Amino acid sequence: MSTPTSHFAPLARLLHWLMAVMVIAMLFIGAGMVASVSERHEWLLSLHKPLGIAILLLVIVRLIVRFCTVTPPLPADLPAWQALAAKLSHYLLYALMLAMPLIGWAMISAAGDPVMLSGSIRLPSIVAAHAETFAFLRGAHRYLAYLFFLTILAHLGAALFHGWIRRDEVLDSMLKGRSRGT
Amino acid sequence: MIEPEPPHLRKPPLTTAEKLARLGGIGLILLIAAGAFAYVNGSLDPQRLTPARVVDVFEHSNGVHPGFRRNHPKGICVAGYFDSNGAASALSSAQVFAAGRTPVIGRLALPTGNPYSPDSAAPIRSFAVQFTQPDGQQWRSGMNSMPVFPVGTVEAFVDLLKATAPDPKTGKPDPAKPPAFFAAHPEAQPFLAWVKTARPSASFVTETYNSVNAFVLVDAQGKRQAVRWSLVPAAKGDAPAPDAKDYLQQDLSDKLASGPQRWDLVLTLANPTDPTGDASKAWAGEHKTVNAGTLVVEGDSAQLDGACRDINYDPLVLPSGIEGSDDPLLAARSAAYAASYMRRTSEVGQLEKPPAQEKQP
Repeated sequence: MSTPTSHFAPLARLLHWLMAVMVIAMLFIGAGMVASVSERHEWLLSLHKPLGIAILLLVIVRLIVRFCTVTPPLPADLPAWQALAAKLSHYLLYALMLAMPLIGWAMISAAGDPVMLSGSIRLPSIVAAHAETFAFLRGAHRYLAYLFFLTILAHLGAALFHGWIRRDEVLDSMLKGRSRGT
Repeated sequence: MIEPEPPHLRKPPLTTAEKLARLGGIGLILLIAAGAFAYVNGSLDPQRLTPARVVDVFEHSNGVHPGFRRNHPKGICVAGYFDSNGAASALSSAQVFAAGRTPVIGRLALPTGNPYSPDSAAPIRSFAVQFTQPDGQQWRSGMNSMPVFPVGTVEAFVDLLKATAPDPKTGKPDPAKPPAFFAAHPEAQPFLAWVKTARPSASFVTETYNSVNAFVLVDAQGKRQAVRWSLVPAAKGDAPAPDAKDYLQQDLSDKLASGPQRWDLVLTLANPTDPTGDASKAWAGEHKTVNAGTLVVEGDSAQLDGACRDINYDPLVLPSGIEGSDDPLLAARSAAYAASYMRRTSEVGQLEKPPAQEKQP
């Protein structure tokens, strides 16, 4: 466990890529949903809620995996500001993965609406019905979604910068395991 | 075993041109991703009808009355219960149809866009109802006293709102626009024929309120039956409306002082050929109906501090056993109500001050 590693653990990589697909899908579903007045609105909403709860459950698993596995260090020659940006943006991504589903859940609760995950499954409300609370959470859900998307773009840009410009081991540490060449 | 050198140490350095090309590639990927997002959220398409743009049309026609619903803003909260007789439980597995009582929070309202409209401004009244089942699931229904909707799609409805909107120069609708709209929308004929005969009622309690849209009841075996429903009043009366600005609220309080007010919840079962996806079309001919029970209203309260104020009567908040139909207006109502709810809940602080208009006689 304590030996330095050059790659993320297989489970960490699986969770990363699975959640990458889910979170990006989620952001597009959310953006499309609130911009639609057709049946698509209902269809996307029916995907959005269960997918959000799935992300909430997975990010908890992911945080446990993160704390229980060794993560590869950043390259030693990385400028300090880039190392700091990497660290902070990862904290932000984890915080958003955790907060967005909770805010969505709390927001529906604050509206006094039943939190329906499907036509028949209802989750309990986690916040008392209150109009101002709803308005605040609804605004937060929207603006944090934009922040989430921008952070993912920055994350993607940085990953490609490591892989194509710096050509260090950072991108490979998430793309593949240690099997090759060792 | 010897670790190989990190690969980047073995690679020849990038030329400036190569570096620029790769940076450009990264930039292009990010731009495509951001562009896809902007396309999906409607930013690149100002013509797309979004929930926010539907609500904008209401605000354009009616002005903005902060904290109020963007449509049907003048209303009264009511409370009571639904006493199910169990007759509809053969059609739907929803708990609300099992014999017994379900608490109800409702709202009686005017279908205009201004919270200070005179009660006779429209010959239509609306009744929104929220049933809360023992399992916590809810059924919300926004009903109107008209039998059919003027049009069948949200696009046509927005065009109707625009055709009847006041001209900013004159403050009145352009007289040429409504005839042009109705000439282009023959589907509005059933509504127009009805509205010609409709008069503003003197009371909320003598009105029949219709779901207008179709829904689907699903029984415990999964069998589906399309329905429309109506609240049919126990109180009868067709007295003309008094010559006053506000009379419905006083009438309701007077009626409730003499006892609870009742409506039968009547389900109209669709025949196989009935259109379920078009609220502008009546279901003609013989129909089987089921009286599911009695809605009893026991008390009322002003909407500004009543229990109905913060309820979004979204017609697609449905319990297991009731589903939306293929009527496109249902999704449009749900989406637009959410946009209206988002706006007004952020303005509730502004409701505290009594508006100047209310002091007028």
